[in-house]
Amino acid sequence: MTQFLAMGGYAVYVWPAYAIFLVVLLADALAPVLRRRRVLRELRGRLARQAARQQRHADTATDA
Amino acid sequence: MSSWIPLWLHKLGSPPTFYRFAGKLRPWMLALAIVLGLVALYGGLVLAPPDYQQGDDYRIIFVHVPSAWMGLFIYGVMAVSAFIALVWRIKLAEVVAMESAPIGAAFTLITLITGSLWGVRMWGTWWTWDARLTSELVLLFLYLGVIGLYHAFEDRRQGARAAAFLALIGIINVPIVHFSVNWWNTLHQGATIRLFGPSTMSGSMIWPLLTMMVATKCYYVFSLCSRVRADLLALESGKDWVRQIAAGETAR
Repeated sequence: MTQFLAMGGYAVYVWPAYAIFLVVLLADALAPVLRRRRVLRELRGRLARQAARQQRHADTATDA
Repeated sequence: MSSWIPLWLHKLGSPPTFYRFAGKLRPWMLALAIVLGLVALYGGLVLAPPDYQQGDDYRIIFVHVPSAWMGLFIYGVMAVSAFIALVWRIKLAEVVAMESAPIGAAFTLITLITGSLWGVRMWGTWWTWDARLTSELVLLFLYLGVIGLYHAFEDRRQGARAAAFLALIGIINVPIVHFSVNWWNTLHQGATIRLFGPSTMSGSMIWPLLTMMVATKCYYVFSLCSRVRADLLALESGKDWVRQIAAGETAR
């Protein structure tokens, strides 16, 4: 196992290369998941504000 | 649209249908990418013998070369969908082109960094301004340019059209990257995997490399599905189908 991790003396180059590969792809995979959540959250906020505004309008209409 | 295009393909071009289709495809592609990726890593790191000249350092090849292939492949996909977007004004083609750019940029970045880590011991330098390395850096800047231009416009579709133009012009760089090792004297070695004629590489090294190539292709489809879904929701946020999804996800 130590021999495997040593990579014939090239461990300082081989493992960072694999780490970069995994980290960059992981970041790339997570970005759209977070973006999708943000888009839907913002849309829900917008819809809620819209509904509240319509409710207010409806209330003033019945008052008058 | 012409009648020779099958109806299901026509339907797939509609955002809500594609959103659902991409949602079904996404987990399968991720699973395939992970399984194939692990098999390729095992084959490349454990089973493949050390190189007789480079020792174990050559093992960087199993992430470097598939990433480099993906950098070029994704550019091709981006340019083709940019062309379709410009000529037929299909919204989905615009989205596919624009959302391919960050994935291509990620793979190109991996290629440059892993290449640098490889070169430092084999060539004795992290970086040199030779044809292959410079054209690969230009590829990264083209991707970043497309991403930047897309987001520089207030109107998303106008931004997509401008960025699609840049993507099309930039396609000239793809053959330059590929043939740079033949056209100029460079530190970078020529291709060892050949489509035509025998490859100059041992089979025990080729199969992990090709497996990783398939794994990165699957990963690209997975990432593209997630990105296109998120972008379609943002673009169509006024539409009913998106509102239903937004409402449905609060219930959960």
